[in-house]
Amino acid sequence: MAGRAVTLIAAALAAAILLLLAAPLLALGLRLGAFSLGPADLAAIRFTVTQAALSALVSVLLAVPVARALARRRFRGRETLVTLLGAPFLLPTIVAVLGLIAVFGRAGWFSQILALAGLPPVPLYGLQGVVLAHVFFNLPLAVRLLLQGWQAIPAERFRLAASLGFGARDLFRHIEWPMLRAVLPGAALVIFTICLSSFAVALTMGGGPSATTVELAIYQALRFEFDLPAAARLALVQFLLCAAAFALAGRIARPEGFGAGLGRTGAPPAPGGIVRVLDAVVILLAAGFLLLPLAAVLLRGLPGLASLPPQVWQAALRSIVVALCSTALTMAVALPLALAAARPGRVWPGLAATLPLASSSLVLGTGLFLIALPLVRPADLALPVTMLVNALLALPFAFRILAADARRLDEDHARLARSLDMPGLARLRYLILPRLARPAGFAAGIAAAFSMGDLGVIALFATERELTLPLMVQQLMGSFRTQTAASAALLLVVLSFGLFWIFDRWGRHHAAA
Amino acid sequence: MKHPFLALGLAAATAMVAPETRADDKPVLTVLAYDSFTSEWGPGPAIETAFEAVCGCDLRIIGAGDGAALLARVQLEGPRSEASVVLGLDTNLTAAAAQSGLFAPHGITDLPHDLPVEFDDPLFRPFDWGWFAFVHDRNRLPEAPGSFEELAASDLKVVIQDPRSSTPGLGLLMWVKAAYGDRAPEIWQALADNILSVTPGWSESYAMFLEGEADMVLSYTTSPAYHLIAEGDDSKSAAAFAEGHYLQIELAGKLAAAPEPELADRFLRFMASDEFQKILPTTNWMYPAHMPDEGLPDGFDWMIRPETSLLLPADDAAALRADALAEWQAALSR
Repeated sequence: MAGRAVTLIAAALAAAILLLLAAPLLALGLRLGAFSLGPADLAAIRFTVTQAALSALVSVLLAVPVARALARRRFRGRETLVTLLGAPFLLPTIVAVLGLIAVFGRAGWFSQILALAGLPPVPLYGLQGVVLAHVFFNLPLAVRLLLQGWQAIPAERFRLAASLGFGARDLFRHIEWPMLRAVLPGAALVIFTICLSSFAVALTMGGGPSATTVELAIYQALRFEFDLPAAARLALVQFLLCAAAFALAGRIARPEGFGAGLGRTGAPPAPGGIVRVLDAVVILLAAGFLLLPLAAVLLRGLPGLASLPPQVWQAALRSIVVALCSTALTMAVALPLALAAARPGRVWPGLAATLPLASSSLVLGTGLFLIALPLVRPADLALPVTMLVNALLALPFAFRILAADARRLDEDHARLARSLDMPGLARLRYLILPRLARPAGFAAGIAAAFSMGDLGVIALFATERELTLPLMVQQLMGSFRTQTAASAALLLVVLSFGLFWIFDRWGRHHAAA
Repeated sequence: MKHPFLALGLAAATAMVAPETRADDKPVLTVLAYDSFTSEWGPGPAIETAFEAVCGCDLRIIGAGDGAALLARVQLEGPRSEASVVLGLDTNLTAAAAQSGLFAPHGITDLPHDLPVEFDDPLFRPFDWGWFAFVHDRNRLPEAPGSFEELAASDLKVVIQDPRSSTPGLGLLMWVKAAYGDRAPEIWQALADNILSVTPGWSESYAMFLEGEADMVLSYTTSPAYHLIAEGDDSKSAAAFAEGHYLQIELAGKLAAAPEPELADRFLRFMASDEFQKILPTTNWMYPAHMPDEGLPDGFDWMIRPETSLLLPADDAAALRADALAEWQAALSR
């Protein structure tokens, strides 16, 4: 389906992305000749890769039973639960960490229950804490990506399997495993890449300097040592790690696609008995793990929500506008890239769409600041740069969500479309867009929510007044206003979630139509 | 697909054209400060009003992240900065700031300050100060340890800040170094099992403490004053340490390339005035560097007053930092 026009547009976009990622490194004075890393850097790289790989692995492995249970069970509140499961992903990091602590911390609910049984609290801080937090953030994303995979399996295939008398094992081997093989590596790659640039979560949950990530080393180089080239070198390391993970995921992933359906999808067969009970347990555990910290955030924030000062509402409005603009930009870039990536064997659109996630937002921000400095007042750029960077950082999610369906479409329908001699635009309008509505809505929702919550680079550019809501939460916390901060954070969560919900619902509505 | 995105575009367009209001022809003095100073809940807004009442100018206080980010921002901007004054560096950062060559001497000799130690710097003027301290909740921890060694011997859990990303974190590093010198690595090793978590900045630590997750948090002796005065909560208290407490002296300096050098000079002098200083205790929750006539607000007399103030000279602090950091990292990475 990747017509020549789409390919050209995608190539131009990919080039622009690479330029946008490379320019800040060059502005910071990256010199490849003098490339050296000290023992502290190497230790940081080792820890970074370990925690990111573990986080990705645990997230996708746990996501398989959860997504399968959700795919084959129908129960009251299922739709709401699926939507709610997206929420942890949207939490600002510090809010999420506090929510996790309220549940799993030393004085948390979980520890209190353990104490009733005479047990000591679980040791939260350390590598296990880092992985726990990252799984909390990313399990929902993995579940949604897999759920999307299950939902995309044509109904005919399940019916065929039933008529052939497939047992659970055959079903898994012939129908579910190929889907997982196609979707899992990509999901793991995105999560690995997100965790590569983790900083506050890794440090706080890691419990000490042994939990030093590359991003923290970048922070140190930029803030305390003012060693710009060192920061650029470390940022390049993050890109290289991401590229290596991308190559690895590409080797493991196997595109599926053995025969098209009529475009209708159906739930996988839902065996009863013990499997049914197991599914219920899996769904309950996942919901508990993901929703309890959210409940803690809700409980902390609710009391002050009505009495939030007007500045917070203004910041909220500004954040919504930033998020909507970022979303539009993200979707405008993600769609051509996803369509271009549908051509078998073509990897560059995927790489271009994934690399931004590995970028250090501090390096990106500092580089753009240096580039902009001779031209404009940095303060005038605060919001546009935030939009641009948020859009860039949301791109990998949007791309990943769209790409799977775009590829499936291509495999299933390209020949038909060609034989009907459908022109490109008509194909886009009648064949592609309607079938991409569901992932597009989901992708836009994720992008919008992600841009709401991300602090990213604005701190460097910020002025006296143009505060976004996440920055406002940070300022409130920095001024002892813990209660107000908790309420502002709740507002942030509600708004992010609201945006996500609207887009996601729109997608599902149009998919159904 | 059309309609939501069309709406997006419109919303974006309206937001982008929102004009920036500029004050008429008055000269603009731009002051670069850390975020919590500029915030609605910090001293920034009141100081803006007070200075604008006397300067005939438009004072803009711009936030640039935390204290460390502030210096990085100044260095990034170099002589191109639109700022004339940088406010919020501390003595652990001034050596690097001085070395950058971006600051000009303030030339003020006639405004003696009320700091607990001798302090004189040709480039930087103090505006407030405080002692670092571990803060605890007396309901949860009635008897706090009285020294680093007692803390290390206890099974209490504390949260601290990372010296690589936060100025209080760096202050703690210097505190242990100033108090124990060569024994610092030994103290850090003994403290390792008391440190529950290291956070990137002060606010994450403090929130974790308030959440009840940690017994104590690295903050300031005056932090309990916030809870007492603003919230009527007298349960928070700072533990007095026998070794003495390390000082954070917050400083401001004039940039050599200041677009408004005269206004900058006036602002630095204004910092010593009662109008400026009386704002600080209940917005920045630090001690004023020049005691205002009206003294400190009620509640500050409840705060502990350490007998020994520790402070490494700026050059020593800068010279010791790399080694102290390596010791800290090695001791806590076990």
